[in-house]
Amino acid sequence: MDKVAIIGVGQTRYERGNTKSFAELVYEVTRKALDDAGLELDNIDNVVTTTNDFYDGRTIACMAVAEASGSYGRDATNVEGDGTLSAFYGLMRTLSGVYDATIVTTHCKMSEGNPRKLFNQAFDPIYDRILGMDAISSSALQARAYMDRYGVTEEQCAMVSVKNHANARNNPYAHVALEITIDDVMKSPMLAEPIKRLDISPISDGACAIILATEERARKSAKKPVWVRGVAHCTDAYRLGERDLTYSAALETAAKKAYKMAGIRNPFKQIDVAEVYDAFSYMELMWYEGLGFCDRGKGGKLVESGKTQMGGELPVNPSGGVLSAHPVQVAGLARIAEAVLQLRGEAGGRQVPGAKTALAHGITGICGQTHCVWVLSNEEA
Amino acid sequence: MNEKEGSDRELLEITSGEAEHVYYWHCGHYVSKFLLGLRDKKTILGIKCSRCGRVYVPPREVCGRCFATMNEWVDLGTEGTIYAFTVVKLPYIDPNTGKPIKVPRTDIYVKLEGADTCLMHWLDETDEKKISVGAKVRAVFKEHRRGTIHDIECFTQI
Repeated sequence: MDKVAIIGVGQTRYERGNTKSFAELVYEVTRKALDDAGLELDNIDNVVTTTNDFYDGRTIACMAVAEASGSYGRDATNVEGDGTLSAFYGLMRTLSGVYDATIVTTHCKMSEGNPRKLFNQAFDPIYDRILGMDAISSSALQARAYMDRYGVTEEQCAMVSVKNHANARNNPYAHVALEITIDDVMKSPMLAEPIKRLDISPISDGACAIILATEERARKSAKKPVWVRGVAHCTDAYRLGERDLTYSAALETAAKKAYKMAGIRNPFKQIDVAEVYDAFSYMELMWYEGLGFCDRGKGGKLVESGKTQMGGELPVNPSGGVLSAHPVQVAGLARIAEAVLQLRGEAGGRQVPGAKTALAHGITGICGQTHCVWVLSNEEA
Repeated sequence: MNEKEGSDRELLEITSGEAEHVYYWHCGHYVSKFLLGLRDKKTILGIKCSRCGRVYVPPREVCGRCFATMNEWVDLGTEGTIYAFTVVKLPYIDPNTGKPIKVPRTDIYVKLEGADTCLMHWLDETDEKKISVGAKVRAVFKEHRRGTIHDIECFTQI
């Protein structure tokens, strides 16, 4: 693959009930990403937006952010899915040789609709939807299958919540930063057994944008470029009933492909910091396994060892992760933005000292149907 | 503050209103047969991929793994085991009616005997201490059936 770099990032603060319109949110991050890269819109020749018509409550929702994302008068396209997938598409278009600099935007204002109803509507209308499935109950089924198979405990899941909510205290963009104990998580209200209130991510409003550039353009950028060293995505079966819920085959495949591209043989040793899509606490443990940070079934032991905490061998979600801010479709791109800040040494109180290689991970679909894995580095291949 | 200043600062919201978008989805040739099996024969039909041998329930046309057309129907009967369960405790709006659903309610994945995939449904037990992965269950059918997944009332442990 030719060299492509991320040269600009911008995020809003994530919160519930942000009073800006979603075009105003997109404009905020487009402007921030351009300023970060030291570019003007004239330098951008390709735009990838990320919208979901159900979430935004209008058909062809991408058209409503045309001006805010810089699409006006430009070659613009749209992805419906997590921001990591929009970035993947932006990367492909950058590699086409047609474009110099690509802006990728994504926004979420799910608080304006009915999130639980919206998640219910992701399911097949003939079967699971009319039985009332939603993100929480389906994830509870996945958590049960996974924990039962490997003996992962609720306390181990709670450790993820404690760690990430504490990390969020160092992230000015985070929505929910908390100083809590395992006991607090265990005693929080049971929502859908074994998932409790403090095991789940909030519904957050917000937006994120990044700028991807060709090697030539990246060398002229204001900030030190962050190079894309490996990237891949993979999709599992649509219906949960057709998946082995005790591990993620799609994530294992995506991670292996991305690692091969990046020349990573031992991810736990070679990656300095990871930002993963922990929509629920148990997911971070499953994703450790899918990403090859530990063997299948050992995610609980890994969090218990403290190695994924700040100061550990491989800090996971220094930003507080998705548990601390969950703008749907934005959250994966925010993982990439956070990885970029880490690799530039600009992550402030959540900085992992000397990070050279970072991993960012996004998911789309119920219980992680699609996984997208990015390996980024401040060192060139 | 005077009235004019106050109105300048106000941030407004507008509602989408009460209009609904109602869809009429064709179930297709495979799902229709499955639903007719529930309605007319009180049985659960699956379909087998002739390439990989995997039996899917609910059935559909294409095996995603082999990208092959499936046409070998399998009568799976009504019994299986619990693959995963959750007792849902937070109030929820029933998508069928728009009214609050009664909680606790138990969602399960059932692996029917002879199937390689799981069917999602409800269990008539809401005490999690009395439910376990691997427990045997049987489908309970409604007396009046209309050709929907709700023709199965729920599953019960046997």
